[in-house]
Amino acid sequence: MASTVAVELPHGGFSFDNCKRNALLEDKGFKAPKAYKTGTTIAGIIFKDGVVLGADTRATEDTVVADKNCEKIHYISSNIYCCGAGTAADTEMTTQMIASKLELHRLETSRKPRVCTANRLLKQMLYRYHGYISAALVLGGVDSTGPHLYSVWPHGSTDKLPYVTMGSGSLAAMAVFEDRFKPEMEREEAMKLVQDAIRAGIFNDLGSGSNVDLCIITKDKTDYLRTYQEANLKGVRQGTYRYKRGTSAVLKTEVKKIVLEVIDTQVKPQAMDTD
Amino acid sequence: MEAGMSCLTNPPPFWKNGPQPGGIYNFPNSSATHSNTSESQRSAYPIVTGTSVLGLKFNGGVVIAADMLGSYGSLARFRNISRLSKINDSTVIGCGGDYADFQFLSSVIEQRVIDEECLNDGFGFTPKSMFSWLTRVLYNRRSKFNPLWNVYVVAGYQDEQPFLGYVDKIGVAYEAPAISSGFGSHIALPILREEMEKNTNMNENEAIALVQRCMKLLYYRDARSLNKYQYAVITKTGAAIHGPVVPETNWEIAHLIQGYE
Repeated sequence: MASTVAVELPHGGFSFDNCKRNALLEDKGFKAPKAYKTGTTIAGIIFKDGVVLGADTRATEDTVVADKNCEKIHYISSNIYCCGAGTAADTEMTTQMIASKLELHRLETSRKPRVCTANRLLKQMLYRYHGYISAALVLGGVDSTGPHLYSVWPHGSTDKLPYVTMGSGSLAAMAVFEDRFKPEMEREEAMKLVQDAIRAGIFNDLGSGSNVDLCIITKDKTDYLRTYQEANLKGVRQGTYRYKRGTSAVLKTEVKKIVLEVIDTQVKPQAMDTD
Repeated sequence: MEAGMSCLTNPPPFWKNGPQPGGIYNFPNSSATHSNTSESQRSAYPIVTGTSVLGLKFNGGVVIAADMLGSYGSLARFRNISRLSKINDSTVIGCGGDYADFQFLSSVIEQRVIDEECLNDGFGFTPKSMFSWLTRVLYNRRSKFNPLWNVYVVAGYQDEQPFLGYVDKIGVAYEAPAISSGFGSHIALPILREEMEKNTNMNENEAIALVQRCMKLLYYRDARSLNKYQYAVITKTGAAIHGPVVPETNWEIAHLIQGYE
């Protein structure tokens, strides 16, 4: 009996109304639908002129590869990109939300957006959901104050570091970084390092695989290198079981026409039903 | 007189609702179900633990390394323990997991080596026989729900070939050119594998250098590791444990980090 006079304003935030019911159903044996996770190895480093972000391209649904070539480096603004690990839907929608907020902010302020703004927006949103939005992000970009790199955790904490890795393959990638990172690297060196880190994740972590995507952001331009390296090529078929034409000799050819009786032909324009 | 005599022949009970003298008493408020005292006690969790052990085959031998820390949960309790044990000139084992179980098994192995010596027939433990024996012991203990909570890396030189094997507390056993246990499998193994792929024919110095790099990485990223480790090299000439080594670590990036946003 909702009254039209005293309207209930919609509450923001997560609606926990169904939690009790879900728990009861799970007790009875109902299996909840599985979250479509990305497994993942994502990494980022700051080099001399800017930021290099890298990601693998495998999306997993438990033990099945759901998408062999998904995009994990999301657009936030022309000078800021964000890699996402965790639940695929969460990373996609969160980054889109923040990209939209940042665009409105950019129009309001008439300034190129800053990475710290994106960072604040992300952490404020994720903290509000107390970790229920399972998005672990590597946020990087170059703005008027220089290159910046952040890692954002699902509960809303952030770290500002020269090199970060996230995802199930983060340990393998971090091992490569800890081994070979130096401050003020050159562009090519930095790209090779990130590529090697993602490859370490791809080959040593089962939740990561397929190809390497890179994104190099500098003060003047951004290079989004989708499928920078195809680390796992599909095998080429060695032979084929198809028989060549002429394998069976044709002795005689006969063409017979099938006679059809035409009963009725009608072509009538019909007006569109626009009532 | 009669009433007094019956007291002696048929005494009243000492007390009501209490323990019977000479019997096992189950305390009324105990929630723990330890009433069945079976002979086999179950290992529930490790107490003093060792972290990763790394192993790597090279051209002409094997190198294994383990740091010298015995952690008591999150406390770095024993900072000078050796987790590598030289069995004989062709075999060295490294151990991670519960240190007490390692000490127990080490004493069993020591006694067996002495027994072999006493037989005086020219035979001793080979790396493969040690590996096989360890697998059987660990698997059997696990099957009795009383595991030795350890991970063993067996390294040696046998039949002109280097040998490197891994045995777990559940009896998982395999051989591989590069092995690491615990945290090492996530951090060091990708590096070991990549370097071995690039350089299939490593010599002793290259292998030792690679292991040193990986021990440094483990010190950076394993929260239960120490900056001091031993490594053992086994070649056809013999086995030797070197160390303790304290690697140089680079904390220069600290100057690049300020705040968290």
